[in-house]
Amino acid sequence: MSVLVFVENHAGQFKKAAYEAASYAVQLAAQMQTTAAAVVLGTVAEDTVRSLGKYGIQKVVCVQDALLDGFEAHAAAKAVAEVAKGIGAGVVVLSNTYTGKALAPRLAVKLQAALAAGAVELPELNGQDLMVKRTVFSNKGFADLALKTAVKVISITPNSYKLVENEVAIEVENRNGVVSAADFKAKVVEVKKVTGKIPLTEAELVVSAGRGLKGPENWHMVENLANALGAATACSKPVSDMHWRPHDEHVGQTGITIKPNLYIAIGISGAIQHLAGVSGSKVIVAINTDKDAPFFKIADYGIVGDAFEVLPKLNEAITKFKAAN
Amino acid sequence: MKILVCISNVPDTTTKITFSPDNKSFNATGVQYIINPYDELALTKALELNEVAGGGTVTVVHVGLADAEPNLRKALAVGADDAVRIDAAPTDGFQVASEIATYAKDKQFDLILCGRESIDYNGGVVPGMLAEMLDLPEVNVITSITINGGLSQVERDIDGGREALEVSLPFVASCQKEITEPRIPNMRGIMMARSKPLQVLPAQGGALHTEVSEYALPAAKAGCRFLEVSEVEKLVELLHSEAKVI
Ligand SMILES: Cc1cc2nc3c(=O)[nH]c(=O)nc-3n(C[C@H](O)[C@H](O)[C@H](O)COP(=O)(O)OP(=O)(O)OC[C@H]3O[C@@H](n4cnc5c(N)ncnc54)[C@H](O)[C@@H]3O)c2cc1C
Ligand SMILES: Nc1ncnc2c1ncn2[C@@H]1O[C@H](COP(=O)(O)O)[C@@H](O)[C@H]1O
Repeated sequence: MSVLVFVENHAGQFKKAAYEAASYAVQLAAQMQTTAAAVVLGTVAEDTVRSLGKYGIQKVVCVQDALLDGFEAHAAAKAVAEVAKGIGAGVVVLSNTYTGKALAPRLAVKLQAALAAGAVELPELNGQDLMVKRTVFSNKGFADLALKTAVKVISITPNSYKLVENEVAIEVENRNGVVSAADFKAKVVEVKKVTGKIPLTEAELVVSAGRGLKGPENWHMVENLANALGAATACSKPVSDMHWRPHDEHVGQTGITIKPNLYIAIGISGAIQHLAGVSGSKVIVAINTDKDAPFFKIADYGIVGDAFEVLPKLNEAITKFKAAN
Repeated sequence: MKILVCISNVPDTTTKITFSPDNKSFNATGVQYIINPYDELALTKALELNEVAGGGTVTVVHVGLADAEPNLRKALAVGADDAVRIDAAPTDGFQVASEIATYAKDKQFDLILCGRESIDYNGGVVPGMLAEMLDLPEVNVITSITINGGLSQVERDIDGGREALEVSLPFVASCQKEITEPRIPNMRGIMMARSKPLQVLPAQGGALHTEVSEYALPAAKAGCRFLEVSEVEKLVELLHSEAKVI
């Protein structure tokens, strides 16, 4: 029973989360004393496909049907399930991105497999079961989930598993004719990519602000800091509710859950619903005028001070640091 | 249109999460349960779609125990026409999806709306599984939806942006915030809800695919290191050399 990883591509490119999934699959296969193969859908250049070898993937099945260039869950599930059955995969690994979230449940049903969505660590083997750690209650807890079926599907939370380099020779098998037009149930009419800023769900560094910033006209300070750092911008719920910022920046229990390496919270009180979406961040910096703001309870570093004074200073310090490093 | 809305019953967002002493179960003592916030959006959107279409019905379905009934009544008060509770403790996404699929398969719903994820177990798996079991298309994390005849235009979040799609009815969709604002029941709605049908159906049962063996709370933070406003350069240095994040 080998491990198969679905490596998602975006316009022919693999993002970091895709390599994390590949790394995870390789380490899991080693634990299970088997090998890891990958499946790639649509048109991806051979050099890009071969880059998976750097992380220990020995075999890649490329389902090259051009129809698969745009992601559609129904057709993608069919293609991945067919490859998984073909190689006798015992575990299918994918990323818990929007793409993975659309694909994993369908795949699990097709393979009659137990699904662990949003794993944060490598599983433990327990007889035939896998024990997978995942977050529950919006980051307020963890659960060890036992996957009790013969075939298993695991989707992993981006930025929770480190890349492990382990270069091997890689074999590429091209397949065609796996899907037909009838397998595509939803038709993509338009794709609007975020341009000019780093997508929040992929960001390793995030600068976020709340009502303490007083109004949308002050957000240039937040954006300047984010630009200086190479960070994405985020906000609290009231800020997006009042249309100071777009909805896709709202983080928290009812917004996006993120897990960056660094989260800088400026003028955000740290309500439990906000923290639920960001407490998985590796390092948290809070800047708030109120020394009793709840955010300081989960922050690693704190500055009690006025954002309007701290932000320009911090921006300057970051710019200086970046110039020197 | 004949719309089905799947509703899960979750701890209030302000709940402080604790587990039993042996860490085998969630400690529900004193916890207030609410309709999953995304499912409130799905319900409101279903009502709005029928208002635009000039008619139709909205059924809410829940897989769970009797303690969820006050929230099903709330859904009726918001405007659903009838409620169905499938009597089983929900423990696994596959189980929940199977029960709903069994219920829905011969009912000819035009549309099935779910939430993007339940805020307790955060799987976001029921809608996709349900769609696969019913052999329907599914669009996840939708932020808008309109319907013209048998065709629907939806927008959904994707990695690094947004996508507009066209999909034929019937299909399953999971709702993301921005799709609408939740409707709050009024007095009249609450009165009417009392006489609306709430049907309890037996569960089909079946082997579970997953089981939680243990819960844990996140490790406590070491504590916050405070710096002065004048020490921003030091902060940057600490983020670099101590925290190693920049
Ligand atoms: C069902 C439900 C779901 C929710 N989901 C979410 C969610 O997903 N995400 C979310 O964020 N919230 C959510 N909330 C709202 C949450 O409870 C809080 O109301 C919200 O997070 C507060 O936003 P805030 O911190 O920006 O504003 P406030 O609470 O008003 O805090 C502003 C902070 O700024 C500080 N401040 C003021 N001036 C300055 C200054 N000049 N410099 C520095 N600091 C300053 C203040 O001391 C204060 O701490 C939800 C609420 C409910 C009921
Ligand atoms: N027990 C349940 N009964 C009915 N619908 C549910 C139940 N659990 C989840 N759902 C639906 O599936 C969506 C996603 O839930 P989940 O897969 O648990 O994250 C929810 O927003 C609901 O619409």
